[in-house]
Amino acid sequence: MTEPTLSVRNLRVEIPTRRGVLTAIDDLSFDIAPGEVLGMVGESGAGKSITGSAVIGLLEPPGRIAGGEIRLAGERIDNLAPDRMRRIRGRRIGMIFQDPLTSLNPLYRIGDQLVETILTHQRVTTGEARRKARQLLEEVGIPAAETRLSSYPHQFSGGMRQRVVIALALAADPELVIADEPTTALDVSVQAQIIALLKRLCAERGAAVMLITHDMGVIAETADRVCVLYAGRLAEIGPVRNVVKHPQHPYTIGLMAAIPSLSGDPDEMLAQIPGSMPRLGAIPPGCAFNPRCDYSFSRCRAERPEPYPAGTSHAACFLHAPEALRQAPSDILQAATAAGISLPNTVDGAS
Amino acid sequence: MIAFAIKRFVQALGVMLVVALISFMMFRFVGDPVNQLVGVDTSPAEREALREALGLNDPVLLQFGRFVVKAAQFDFGISYQFKQPVASLIASRLPATLELSLVSAFFALAVGVPMGVYTGLYRNTWLARGFLAISLVGVSLPTFLIGILLIFVVSVHLGWLPSFGRGQTVSLWGVWSTGLLTKSGLQSLILPAITLGLFQMTLIMRLVRGEMLEVLRTDYIKFARARGLSRRAINFGHALKNTLVPVITITGLQLGSIIAFAIITETVFQWPGMGLLFLQAVQNVDIPIMAAYLLLIAFLFVLINFIVDLLYVAVDPRIRLGGARG
Ligand SMILES: Nc1ncnc2c1ncn2[C@@H]1O[C@H](COP(=O)(O)OP(=O)(O)O)[C@@H](O)[C@H]1O
Ligand SMILES: [Mg+2]
Repeated sequence: MTEPTLSVRNLRVEIPTRRGVLTAIDDLSFDIAPGEVLGMVGESGAGKSITGSAVIGLLEPPGRIAGGEIRLAGERIDNLAPDRMRRIRGRRIGMIFQDPLTSLNPLYRIGDQLVETILTHQRVTTGEARRKARQLLEEVGIPAAETRLSSYPHQFSGGMRQRVVIALALAADPELVIADEPTTALDVSVQAQIIALLKRLCAERGAAVMLITHDMGVIAETADRVCVLYAGRLAEIGPVRNVVKHPQHPYTIGLMAAIPSLSGDPDEMLAQIPGSMPRLGAIPPGCAFNPRCDYSFSRCRAERPEPYPAGTSHAACFLHAPEALRQAPSDILQAATAAGISLPNTVDGAS
Repeated sequence: MIAFAIKRFVQALGVMLVVALISFMMFRFVGDPVNQLVGVDTSPAEREALREALGLNDPVLLQFGRFVVKAAQFDFGISYQFKQPVASLIASRLPATLELSLVSAFFALAVGVPMGVYTGLYRNTWLARGFLAISLVGVSLPTFLIGILLIFVVSVHLGWLPSFGRGQTVSLWGVWSTGLLTKSGLQSLILPAITLGLFQMTLIMRLVRGEMLEVLRTDYIKFARARGLSRRAINFGHALKNTLVPVITITGLQLGSIIAFAIITETVFQWPGMGLLFLQAVQNVDIPIMAAYLLLIAFLFVLINFIVDLLYVAVDPRIRLGGARG
């Protein structure tokens, strides 16, 4: 097995506030293999952006990494000195933010922002950097790249600006690209183009991608694997096909059922998960999802589940614990099976 | 761009006309100009002749028109107290005030911007807190008090710098007397310039600090960090440049206030500028000087505003190139 491009182990992010320390990310682990696209999904406030910021070392103070490890191609990066981390940003990890309208400095020409980025990371002359900048603009599909170099951001449309942002993020050929809701702020008509562009360019470069979004349609079409977050904790992680078609965590089941089907049958009722995700200060004991879960039982309210193997995925749910058949009431087991949850096939943990 | 300039020009013209009207009204309502010109023993007939000669019996609108036309040619009449053309009186005082104001503004910028940048970047250091505390003093102490304190400490107690006057001046091309070329002129300038610029300096410092904090939170700064740009490039390139857009505007507009508020500093330091001239004029009800001063200050304000607008356009491509698309 090759070394993962990104390996996050037991990550814990805390935000000290006046009313106490909030745990925004709690014991989160996941890997992204070279060239792989990992989709990060979850409701707004689940901790997707904070995870991305933690990986690239740009957590906003007072937020801080309070535990765990982040490794880039095997090398630990969560405890690097600021200046060494800065050299990794842009060069080895590129990041794309949600809003292309505000990601570019309004007072700098597109070309200057590109050249500046290239010169920061590569030992080339200004002339070469400028040639490279033009080439990047052509690659992201901006017509008349040479003349567009001297344009200012406000002279571009939103979609075009996100293309420029992609060019900037990829300028130094990073091995990992974090895209935080790269199309949420865009017109529906250009969203698919931007995602396709991002996917193609990263594939050409062999870059691993952490694609943060709450659009399951984008995930289904783009990601190789999916990581589902709930209240700062991992709910489920697995290959995209399995997570979308055969979700194993009750929360994921609800999330998938909430997507309008692609056939767009207007009579189809959307299944809704009752209640809402808890605020960080008010996460219930046990499984964070238990108050909203149709399949919860006594253990869910007492203990925190770790990710258990669940089919080809992993799900942090006691229904997948080896002891589940013995511990959970039979009506809940029946309901879970009916909902497509594949229960463990041993009666206790002795297998 | 041209249309913008023309529009601003027309607006400026309007403002100047209104100020001219106010100046003109002073002549009619603050005392009788004839009384100011003649002695007590002048006969009514002589007074009437003078009134006729001065055009004071003409229709008001005609008088106003004449006033505007003359003012446009820098003809503000004769000073009651000095019996000299107001224009030449002001011209002889203008350099002192402008030099003081510009040096003050330069001091305010040169000290205020770096202090603002520093306090914005290193918010929690004791030096930053110290700067903020000083700025509070600068904002809350009245100008004359600062001036008197400076005179007391630096001039009287330490004896380092002169406490009044402009020192030795040099005449340039026969029209501009400058104090910037002699040692005593420069020494005399220091205390008044600090006094006049201190308030603006603290204002600029607080403005830059606030803007800096604001800009550092923006997405494009976050994106600049995510691209791995150096701290220097981010703080002094991307952040500072965006900070300077409002700073240019405010500083420019403040230059007008500096010139106007020079009155107080000029009084404290007996600085032979227009402000001192104006105060003497007020004491002696010398309306031509008062009117001319009012017009001149208004003109400077309007001119500075105009220049600031153009500068603003030069810095911000969104305005310069227009057509912002969403
Ligand atoms: N500075 C902060 N202080 C307190 N809570 C914060 C702060 N920043 C983020 N949070 C909380 O952290 C959680 C995760 O945020 P985020 O990662 O932005 O979610 P999302 O999954 O929508 O990207 C949210 O509940 C948010 O309210
Ligand atoms: Mg987010």
